[in-house]
Amino acid sequence: MLVQRPRSLSLGERVYLPGILKGMWLTFKHMLRPKVTLRYPEEKWKVPDYYRGLPVLVSDQNGRTKCVACFLCQWVCPPRAITIQAQELASSNVEKGPHEFEINMLRCIMCGYCEEVCPEEAIFMSKNYELTGKSRQELIFNKDRLLKLGGTRFDTIRKWDHK
Amino acid sequence: MSAWVLPEPVGADPYQVGKSDEDALKDSLFTTRLDELVSWSRKNSLWPMPMGLACCAIELMAMVGPRFDVARFGAEALRFSPRQADLMIVAGTVSKKMAPALKKIYDQMPEPKWVIAMGACASSGGMFHSYSTVQGVDEIVPVDIYIPGCPPRPEALIAGILEIQKKIASEKR
Repeated sequence: MLVQRPRSLSLGERVYLPGILKGMWLTFKHMLRPKVTLRYPEEKWKVPDYYRGLPVLVSDQNGRTKCVACFLCQWVCPPRAITIQAQELASSNVEKGPHEFEINMLRCIMCGYCEEVCPEEAIFMSKNYELTGKSRQELIFNKDRLLKLGGTRFDTIRKWDHK
Repeated sequence: MSAWVLPEPVGADPYQVGKSDEDALKDSLFTTRLDELVSWSRKNSLWPMPMGLACCAIELMAMVGPRFDVARFGAEALRFSPRQADLMIVAGTVSKKMAPALKKIYDQMPEPKWVIAMGACASSGGMFHSYSTVQGVDEIVPVDIYIPGCPPRPEALIAGILEIQKKIASEKR
């Protein structure tokens, strides 16, 4: 097989300047184009509805933790970031609730399986995407912190009210 | 009538009679100011060592790109030589085979140096509960800032770099 050798360079290519000027012209054109930079700490990204940020626990309009400690999220969690300790709720219509509910945010991969699997709609993926921490311990969120982040979610399910 | 008007003495000790030489020295000493200057220049010219080992490195590249543009914080000079870097961004899964190389690169970086563990894998091993994965890069190098996410958005990494800058500014030297 005959290999095609590249032709010898033309004068314009040999003097090298037209190539430089062409590149400079491209750079110059980019200066006139609209700016694309997001000025991050001041200007925030508009988070779409489907975004999966940090998982949080929510309470219903009666202030009750919606989680009933069924352990499904702990079971489905691929990185095993969720740790639940259940307790019996004696003075409530609901028999069972979480005594402790920990999510290790450093393990969490924001896959959203917990939100998907939850039968009580008690865990949701928030829109928080800019968490940083100085130690591993401070990024293990306990129940109170998760509930505070989640806030109240108004719910049409009233099955626990009368039982 | 003299044109020379002396300033009125003010305060309880206007001529600083009760002040010891040591206090006066502390007030006028320049070294603390130099320290501040040094830390100011350090924090505004971080040269990251991109330890990109997995998909987090894509977000690391996005952070340097025009949309997020970490050059606004002076950390755009990614150095692939550890001897020119002072901030190691461990982005990705650290396997046990990679760990000695990572440790060696960290040791080759000149002091002062900082480490960001970016993403779930580098921070804690993430979903790789595995015999072959280091369960958090802090097992081998000291980590200053952890960033959760899989991978974290470039904004989160910029937030981490801002935290590092705060840490450098408040560091005791």
